[in-house]
Amino acid sequence: MNGVHDMGGMQDMGPIQEEKNEPVFHERWEGRVFALRRATAAWGRWNIDVTRHEVELVPPADYLRMSYYERQFAAFLETLVKSGLVTHAEIESGTPAQGASKAVPALTVEKATALIAKGAPASRNVSVAPRFQTGQRVRARNMNPTGHTRLPRYVRAKVGVIERDHGVFVFPDTNAHLLGEKPQHVYAVRFAARELWGEQAAPHDAVYVDLWDDYLERA
Amino acid sequence: MSTTRRDFMAAAGAAAMGMQGAGGAQEQDHDHSHQVVPSDPTLRVKALESLLVEKGLVDPAALDALVDAYEHKLGPRNGARVIARAWVDPAYKKRLLADATAAIAELGYGGQQGENMLVVENTPKVHNLVVCTLCSCYPWPVLGLPPVWYKSAPYRSRAVIDPRGVLREFGLELPQETEVRVWDSTAELRYLVLPERPAGTGQLSEEQLAALVTRDAMIGVAKVMPSQKGGSA
Repeated sequence: MNGVHDMGGMQDMGPIQEEKNEPVFHERWEGRVFALRRATAAWGRWNIDVTRHEVELVPPADYLRMSYYERQFAAFLETLVKSGLVTHAEIESGTPAQGASKAVPALTVEKATALIAKGAPASRNVSVAPRFQTGQRVRARNMNPTGHTRLPRYVRAKVGVIERDHGVFVFPDTNAHLLGEKPQHVYAVRFAARELWGEQAAPHDAVYVDLWDDYLERA
Repeated sequence: MSTTRRDFMAAAGAAAMGMQGAGGAQEQDHDHSHQVVPSDPTLRVKALESLLVEKGLVDPAALDALVDAYEHKLGPRNGARVIARAWVDPAYKKRLLADATAAIAELGYGGQQGENMLVVENTPKVHNLVVCTLCSCYPWPVLGLPPVWYKSAPYRSRAVIDPRGVLREFGLELPQETEVRVWDSTAELRYLVLPERPAGTGQLSEEQLAALVTRDAMIGVAKVMPSQKGGSA
């Protein structure tokens, strides 16, 4: 989706504001949103790509105005309802529907600790042939899907070189819509800064973007 | 989509604050979308947490454990130890550059948002800079959660088109002949910059070296200075 989240290459967004001795969470509720999202993800009703896409669906003007955790919270409410874990009415009333059975939390303290320590890799140990080799010239496809994608606009139709094959990973464009993992190779692709931005870029600079097989074609 | 969505989020927000009907007249004067910005997220999030606990969907102790880990246990000190080890141990550095995930695990770090790590090395000729233009991807096990500026529009938008301007904003002016490499974390690989070891630090211990390594240097918006300047950034 050509949303406002895909902001690589935009200009005039203002100065970068670095905060000295910044806390991890500025307010308690931010940490709770962070934790609630992880604890409910343990129910397996969605995946990381679903939640990324949900944030991208925050209306553009709101996306830019809201803080990071405000966006996460707004998207989280949507995810909860769409997944069926919570109903619209329950969020509105703040209480469980009458007669709703009480579940046993999926994420215990032990499982939370294991999740932090082990993670949930998106790499897949399956044999899929790579379509490209290191050193090969490739072009990022000129495509404009209306759903989730991790192919940023600023590299589309641009030519780069395969720098490294990272192995096989889940494909976000299908996974975000619960259409399957479609595992395939991901490559670090080196784009010369001048290929992306023209003569105003420094002659030797480059941008490396991690791209899936389905995003690339021969150049 | 958006009308329904905005109505829903506004309604959910009002309900979670227990202010259905309260202050209604004033709110009707406002543009509808303004209500999407939570006026009191503390209460809204608290209400949602109570609901999820009551439904048995989350365990508050697990929430506490998650918050505690990212507030107190994971942070840039982990990454700094990795960098210092690479500076003093050439064999470790070699392993780190060849298989970062495994080499970082040797020091006991790894896990969520660090499942597939890559380390990129700064040299006198090459300077690396890490960004996530699409959202906020960041190597949690070695750097903790990202600072606000890393997730902000100004950094995400400009890091790829004007990295030298961004670095200048952080006080780092690079010579024209230095090659700047920007790594946009679009997939599930997480990047850590191995900064150059500052000159004149030959006598320092590994621990003293680690104390010099800043978060910003491991993102690539700063260099490591021979003596520590400023705060924890």
